[in-house]
Amino acid sequence: MSIATLGAARIATETKTYFRSPDTLFFTFFFPFVMLAIFTAAFSAQGEVGPPGAEITIGAYYLPGMIAAGILLSGVQNLAVDIALEKGNGTLKRLGSTPLSPMSYFIGKIGQVFVTGALQAALLLLAGRLVLGIELPTEPGKWVTFAWVFVLGLVTSALVGIALSALPRSGKSATAVVIPTVLLLQFMSGVYLQWNMLPSWLQEIAGLFPLKWIAQGMRSVFLPEGWEVLEQNESWNLAGIAIALAIWLVVGLVLSRVTFRWIRRDA
Amino acid sequence: MTTNDVAVRVRDLQKTYGRKAAVDGVSFDIHHGETFALLGPNGAGKSTTIEILEGYRIRTGGDAHVLGVDPAKGGLDWKARLGIVLQSTGETGLLTVAEQLRHFASLYPNPRDVDEVIAAVGLEAQAKTRIGKLSGGQQRRVDVALGIIGRPELLFLDEPTTGFDPEARQQFWGLIRRLKAEGVTILLTTHYIEEAAQLADRAGVIAGGGLVALGGVDEIGGADARVPLVRWTDGTGSHEQRTEEPGLLVASLVGSLGREPDGLEVIRPSLEDVYLQLVRAAEPVPAREEVAA
Repeated sequence: MSIATLGAARIATETKTYFRSPDTLFFTFFFPFVMLAIFTAAFSAQGEVGPPGAEITIGAYYLPGMIAAGILLSGVQNLAVDIALEKGNGTLKRLGSTPLSPMSYFIGKIGQVFVTGALQAALLLLAGRLVLGIELPTEPGKWVTFAWVFVLGLVTSALVGIALSALPRSGKSATAVVIPTVLLLQFMSGVYLQWNMLPSWLQEIAGLFPLKWIAQGMRSVFLPEGWEVLEQNESWNLAGIAIALAIWLVVGLVLSRVTFRWIRRDA
Repeated sequence: MTTNDVAVRVRDLQKTYGRKAAVDGVSFDIHHGETFALLGPNGAGKSTTIEILEGYRIRTGGDAHVLGVDPAKGGLDWKARLGIVLQSTGETGLLTVAEQLRHFASLYPNPRDVDEVIAAVGLEAQAKTRIGKLSGGQQRRVDVALGIIGRPELLFLDEPTTGFDPEARQQFWGLIRRLKAEGVTILLTTHYIEEAAQLADRAGVIAGGGLVALGGVDEIGGADARVPLVRWTDGTGSHEQRTEEPGLLVASLVGSLGREPDGLEVIRPSLEDVYLQLVRAAEPVPAREEVAA
């Protein structure tokens, strides 16, 4: 039996358990929807935002940020908590007793992130279009950018999540460690707070982490021309996004491979 | 004898954590088709020994072969020949019994039939129930089912019947006897000595990281340990005496006292009595409790 066949079997099982877990459904899958609704309701009284000539509704501004947040939650938060719990409650130990390769296990996790992350993004776009009446881009070039930022961002997030799962000392502490970290990243990466309102030193710090780049990529797709002047160096800097995410992908991959154990390391 | 003649061969096994020895010089063989019970108090080194043989932990010293393979280097092909029933876990149990077993069956090259395994552990009525909704004893049966779904040559059973009611335990024993009849080699640990006496051909008693007894379940501890014991109390205090002829001893006591002796007991040591003697003799056990986990 090949690594890929078992990986496919894992994807099916992983996705099934994801949708049966109420905590994950709320804090990972539906969280961006909740935040989009809250921010849209809270700030819509301010009217349209943006540089002169390129004003958009507050909902339209938040949509790309929430898609980026969804990528981070589906990958980093979901897997870091999920795998730490599986290590704590014996799920991993049991899988480690079977002829399942760790690679197939990784494929299952990344596949789960892909299926659920894609569904989440599609539903966010649908909700943005149908509920908030946001105009979605029509140029094919924008959707090409969307596709590669989405795929690169999701794979990177998944690998960083697998790597992070080695940190919590117990399954129970996983949510306490991971959720605040991820929340902090969302505040400083231009997801909850408008990116150009953040001080430049905070922007610099955010630039060390992948979410800032995913969010920037998504803004380049969904915000109209003219908004790029509010970015660092007044540019969408797609090349910078690709490089930053590629570096994090490699870091995540290496750390995942090095730190992964079916059981806790010997004392 | 080469390592291929036995299913498990352990020689002078050592495992130290820092300066503490959790396992210190354990040696035994398990023959093909044999059921071997490893007995011992909590923290004695049982779990560490088993986890080394299962490939989870790396030994510090000594030799181990499991199905002809060094467990520290066992690959996926080797794992496909093992079945492992771990001590009870706290998994979230979001899949149904049938879903979980079908998935695990798909991981093995030559699995047993899922419905047959569900029937063998007596969970037909719960097949479509999520595992998290089952009782503790029923979840333990799922653990056993997952351990045998891959048609293992060697089955590790780590305290398999914890949480079983007496009837479930009897059913479980029946299942293990059927597996034995199919030629499956079994390594069992249990706190129910009666269970070891029922199922095992041979047993090893581990205490303080070392093996203090090894032999057939009818012989372990030596012939002396199984000699009947007579206890009684008289004016000078309580007495106990081992004798092959307890009836004659009691008759002579009655004769000399001229009446019924106080607190009279005649004990034919069970495996449990022998076990407790062995473990007490091995005390004081140095503080090994911390390394038990």
